[in-house]
Amino acid sequence: MTGERDAVALRGITKRFPGVVANDGVDLAVRTGEVHALCGENGAGKSTLMKILYGMQAPDEGTIEVDGRRTHFRSPADAIAAGIGMVHQHFMLADNLTVTENVLLGAERRHGIGKAARARIVELSATVGLAASPDALVEHLGVADRQRIEILKVLYRGARTVILDEPTAVLVPQEVDELFATVRTMQGEGYTFLFISHKLDEVRAIADRITVIRRGRTVGTADPRSVTNRELAEMMVGSELPSPETRDSTVTDREVLRVEGLGLPAPGGGRDLLDGVDLVVHAGEVLGIAGVEGNGQTELVETIMGMRRHARGRVVLNGTDVSHASTMSRREAGVGYVPEDRSRHALLGDRSLWANRILGFQSRAPIARHGLLDTAAARTDTERIVRDFDVRTPGIDVMASALSGGNQQKLVVGRELSGDPVLLIAAHPTRGVDVGAQAGIWAELRRARAAGLAVLLVSADLDELIGLSDTLAVISDGRLVGTADPASVTPEELGTMMTGAAT
Amino acid sequence: MSRLRGAVVAPVLAIAVAALLCAVALVISGASPWTALTTILSQLGSGTVAVDTVNSAAVYYLAALAVAIGFQMRLFNIGVEGQFRVAACVAAIVGGTVALPPVLHTLLIIVVALLTGAAWVAIPALLKAYRGVSEVISTIMLNAIATGLIAYLIRAETFGELRGNNITTPPIPESGWFPGIEVGNGSIFGMVFVAAALGVGYWFLLGRTRFGFELRASGESATAAAAGGVNARRTIVVALLLSGAVAGLVGLPELLGRDHAYTLASPQGYGFTGIAIALLGRNHPVGIALGALLWAFLDKSAVALDVVGIPREIVLIMQGLIVLSVVVAYEVVRRVERRAEQRRVAAAAPVQRPAEVSS
Repeated sequence: MTGERDAVALRGITKRFPGVVANDGVDLAVRTGEVHALCGENGAGKSTLMKILYGMQAPDEGTIEVDGRRTHFRSPADAIAAGIGMVHQHFMLADNLTVTENVLLGAERRHGIGKAARARIVELSATVGLAASPDALVEHLGVADRQRIEILKVLYRGARTVILDEPTAVLVPQEVDELFATVRTMQGEGYTFLFISHKLDEVRAIADRITVIRRGRTVGTADPRSVTNRELAEMMVGSELPSPETRDSTVTDREVLRVEGLGLPAPGGGRDLLDGVDLVVHAGEVLGIAGVEGNGQTELVETIMGMRRHARGRVVLNGTDVSHASTMSRREAGVGYVPEDRSRHALLGDRSLWANRILGFQSRAPIARHGLLDTAAARTDTERIVRDFDVRTPGIDVMASALSGGNQQKLVVGRELSGDPVLLIAAHPTRGVDVGAQAGIWAELRRARAAGLAVLLVSADLDELIGLSDTLAVISDGRLVGTADPASVTPEELGTMMTGAAT
Repeated sequence: MSRLRGAVVAPVLAIAVAALLCAVALVISGASPWTALTTILSQLGSGTVAVDTVNSAAVYYLAALAVAIGFQMRLFNIGVEGQFRVAACVAAIVGGTVALPPVLHTLLIIVVALLTGAAWVAIPALLKAYRGVSEVISTIMLNAIATGLIAYLIRAETFGELRGNNITTPPIPESGWFPGIEVGNGSIFGMVFVAAALGVGYWFLLGRTRFGFELRASGESATAAAAGGVNARRTIVVALLLSGAVAGLVGLPELLGRDHAYTLASPQGYGFTGIAIALLGRNHPVGIALGALLWAFLDKSAVALDVVGIPREIVLIMQGLIVLSVVVAYEVVRRVERRAEQRRVAAAAPVQRPAEVSS
């Protein structure tokens, strides 16, 4: 089925943002009629590349060819006109409209809004395997059906090449199988797919070819029939990376954090986001939480930090029950927190570095006394962090948003490790951070652990998890479903546990 | 230092642009911009214009401070208007009813005004914190209710009395007045100094206290503030109560320094002017003070211009243009500065510190 011609070819794509090169000479060629997978870690530059291909951003350098012709996309409308359609990870459907109305919305000119349009939708429903009636209200449909409507939408607009952005993230395993069957059928009808994912098993199951990108560069293209998960993971993570290995065990028997029966109802009703989570972290121990993203890691961290309302269960910190304590009193009790999204949760972008040093510490010495801030102390301590954590900045008066991601993260880690915390909750501490900063952050975490810090580490980087953790727990669907010994487990085995394939 | 330069350059540029546009408007309407300029500049020396300007600026300053406290947290307290009017009315009734020695009497009136302003804003504050009701909507609606409440309170049958064609609250005896300072023919309200002191307090609150830090942090990023241990509900409620309390003082300079009673004809609209001035001064205590002075000065100019036959509406145009161009100028300067800073950091970052040679 796979033709020799390239449906889409990206050559030498480079895209820079202030302080970051998101794509650095990326090449990607998708042959007509194939299912091509694009793999890479979070922050590797997948989404930037897709935004460029879909006309949402213009590349600084490089060319885009569609069916052998060089093109320039100024907007998604140009990409659609060239036959490229994108199904976003988060659906963009109006719940209160019918299937037909959703498809026609914004595409009224193609076949009108009458019989011809309807006939085309019925025809395409069969193609995408949508069983729901064209008159059904979208709010009554499930996730799998909604996804098919999204695919239908792009086909209706004339797409021959369909970009699927993390399409399986929202599906349960049977639905994934059904989606793959549909993709295979459509491939038989001549459609081309670009499949973005970091789930290695799925990529190998569906793709004809796999392109891996890492830190904004193309690593290479692999054949799913011959490549192993291990090899793919190595391509994604890179073997030249500094090893996060921790050597000697520093685990003590002093409990710092004990979580019992933690549960969190979903705000809109439905399945609980967390259910029956029990865990213990000792002084000098790193407990790693492994899991496919979106399985409750964010909720677990935020519940332990006291940022979620209506949580069930107990959180005990150093023998004190803090289940009902505020986020601030948990911080005051010695919890440091490195959130997963530093720009949203850890930093005030428009404020200076030293003002950011105050955030989270505005109630305690040495930064504050009796409700008054000691800005001189904040400045002095910011200078210490900049020095000790090698934050590259011309000074402590610059705005936090002016720093590169890695330097921002070093500042955050430095701040959260100040004031001698007893527990550090670190979510993806090295995500989107350059190699040098990553090694620095790992070194600091190891040093703090040796000094008796308890660490709860959530990460999507399996090597980081295995390398830093003393104990590993696997989270799936808001429950802890197993444990692993980081001394003996391989990323491959861990990956299998995360997807729930193993018992 | 570059930040200070930006803070000065933007408004100066904006005022120049606004003045230029006004000159164009004047030329089109057939008046001489030069005459207009000399008229409004020379008015300062005449009569009590300078004193009146300061007095009126104090009123605007209080209103703008009230708005700015909310703005720090991205809370849009449009209800300063209602809060100040209800507070002035209730304070006037209490002040005109009780008999107390001087100072104590004045203090009581001030405290009543503070509490009434806070109480009036407590309704939208609690609705916002616990039910997520937009404070914009609820404070606007309370403005309308305030008008009705005041009309009821100062009826002759309730607490008011009929004087000629006007309905008024019982006059406050002299023990409750806030004495002013005689300057030339005029008198500077004593409340002017209270307003200035509040400005200092506002600066201290924002820059030096935990609450001020939490307030600003919540305004810049609610998510980062929450992760940093800021209690969002408490901050919303306290911010709005503070805003309302300061709003409660807006009517007092005139009540305690000149009118000594709240009447049906008492001035309105200060709350809305306060919004414009808070924008103009970029929520900064000194910026707001300059904005309030400029605004009051332009207000007085309307009278002087009228005398020489230039349409007084030119002042409204000028005020509107200034606000518009200042807002635009601030945003432009902010973006330019941010880009410059990013370049500066990017230029500094790649420089690896050379490893020190150990001896």
